[in-house]
Amino acid sequence: MKPPPFDYIVADSVEMAVAALAQAGGDAKVIAGGQSLVPMLNFRLLRPSALVDINRIQELAFIRETEGEIRVGALTRHYQLETSPVIARNFPVLACAMTHVAHLAIRNRGTIGGSLSHADPAAELPMMALLLDAKISIASASGRRVTAVRDFLLDALTTDLAPGEIVTEIALPKLPARTGWDFQEVARRYGDFALAAVAVTLTVSDGVIAQARIALTGVGPTALRAADAEALLVGGKLEPSLTGHAIENVRATIEPDTDLHASSDYRRHVAGVLLGRALNRAWCRAQECAA
Amino acid sequence: MIKTRDISVTVNGTLHAATVEPRLLLADFLRHGLGLTGTHVGCEHGVCGACTVLLDGDSVRSCLMFAVQADGRSVETVESLGRIGQMNALQESFHAHHALQCGFCTSGMLITATDLLKKYPLATDREIREGLSGNLCRCTGYEHIVKAIRAVVACNSGEAR
Repeated sequence: MKPPPFDYIVADSVEMAVAALAQAGGDAKVIAGGQSLVPMLNFRLLRPSALVDINRIQELAFIRETEGEIRVGALTRHYQLETSPVIARNFPVLACAMTHVAHLAIRNRGTIGGSLSHADPAAELPMMALLLDAKISIASASGRRVTAVRDFLLDALTTDLAPGEIVTEIALPKLPARTGWDFQEVARRYGDFALAAVAVTLTVSDGVIAQARIALTGVGPTALRAADAEALLVGGKLEPSLTGHAIENVRATIEPDTDLHASSDYRRHVAGVLLGRALNRAWCRAQECAA
Repeated sequence: MIKTRDISVTVNGTLHAATVEPRLLLADFLRHGLGLTGTHVGCEHGVCGACTVLLDGDSVRSCLMFAVQADGRSVETVESLGRIGQMNALQESFHAHHALQCGFCTSGMLITATDLLKKYPLATDREIREGLSGNLCRCTGYEHIVKAIRAVVACNSGEAR
């Protein structure tokens, strides 16, 4: 249970980090919080030639508010996201979701760039990035690019990130006024990976749902958005029959795996129950905003 | 051959210089390099919480960090909290409430509770339990651990009034 030998490079800037990755030719790994990487090293599931440590790159640790969006640096720790006044004001749903990420000692260290790049199918951050239509900024030795999170999450533990690329920040467009929200999760033990989790935002205008967003995690190879269920909510008032349709639609769409922790049927059932709760809470919150 | 690194780390207020392999876990550096065996190593993959220490005041798993990453930073282990005859309030409360049986998880529990008490109101037992959910006690003595922390919260809020 000790990691294999590796060379260790401390990067002081993004340029230095991507240069080190390019030089290693795909055999190096970036280490940020290390909360998923170090267990994999300790188990010797990975044997990188080198670790490029980005923990000292100050330019990657920030939460900034601009007129239309919030930009969050890749090195932002989960605990900072959980407690940031800017996040609390703009995305209370995100602050709430962060309290479900593992345990304090993990949240103190784990980073948002790391969680996105690791892309665990039951993690909260990828689902929240999907819910909030995040744009992901990526750097490599050959330049920079921006991609939508829905094009970034490809499969379980698999992203669009090429060897030599690192996530530098995410940008989250602000939500419209009168948007209610909720986050619901079931895990075996508080802080464990979700057996199923649902996050919802409902924007209400003239008494009906003008925009609905539903994101889920733990119920497929990646976090996902329930686009069909979102579409059938728009234009309606949240009544039990409409909630029922949305639940039915989501249960019919998702294909959760059976594993050691829960069966596929259980996860499908729970996802529907959580969606019902989340829609009701989000609808109530949206009414409070309107009042 | 991987080259070793020179590091200097402040541990419990004392500056230590050492030469380490990059793969040396912080937990092993503390235990074997400095002889600070109060930090316990259970699972070595971040699940049990026994090896939790404070890094610049924030709780972290010392089995999920390399000693080389602590270069220039400050680490506090359970040895910093108090000593026999001079235990701090949290340790005294663990003692008074029988919050340890075998003691293996205790240092991680104490360090985790130290950070929790600093960052969260811990107004309910549920909050305390959720805060401790990343620390395993295989004697299953959670009830007493929760009581010990609750007593410290009560004492602190009494002082604040």
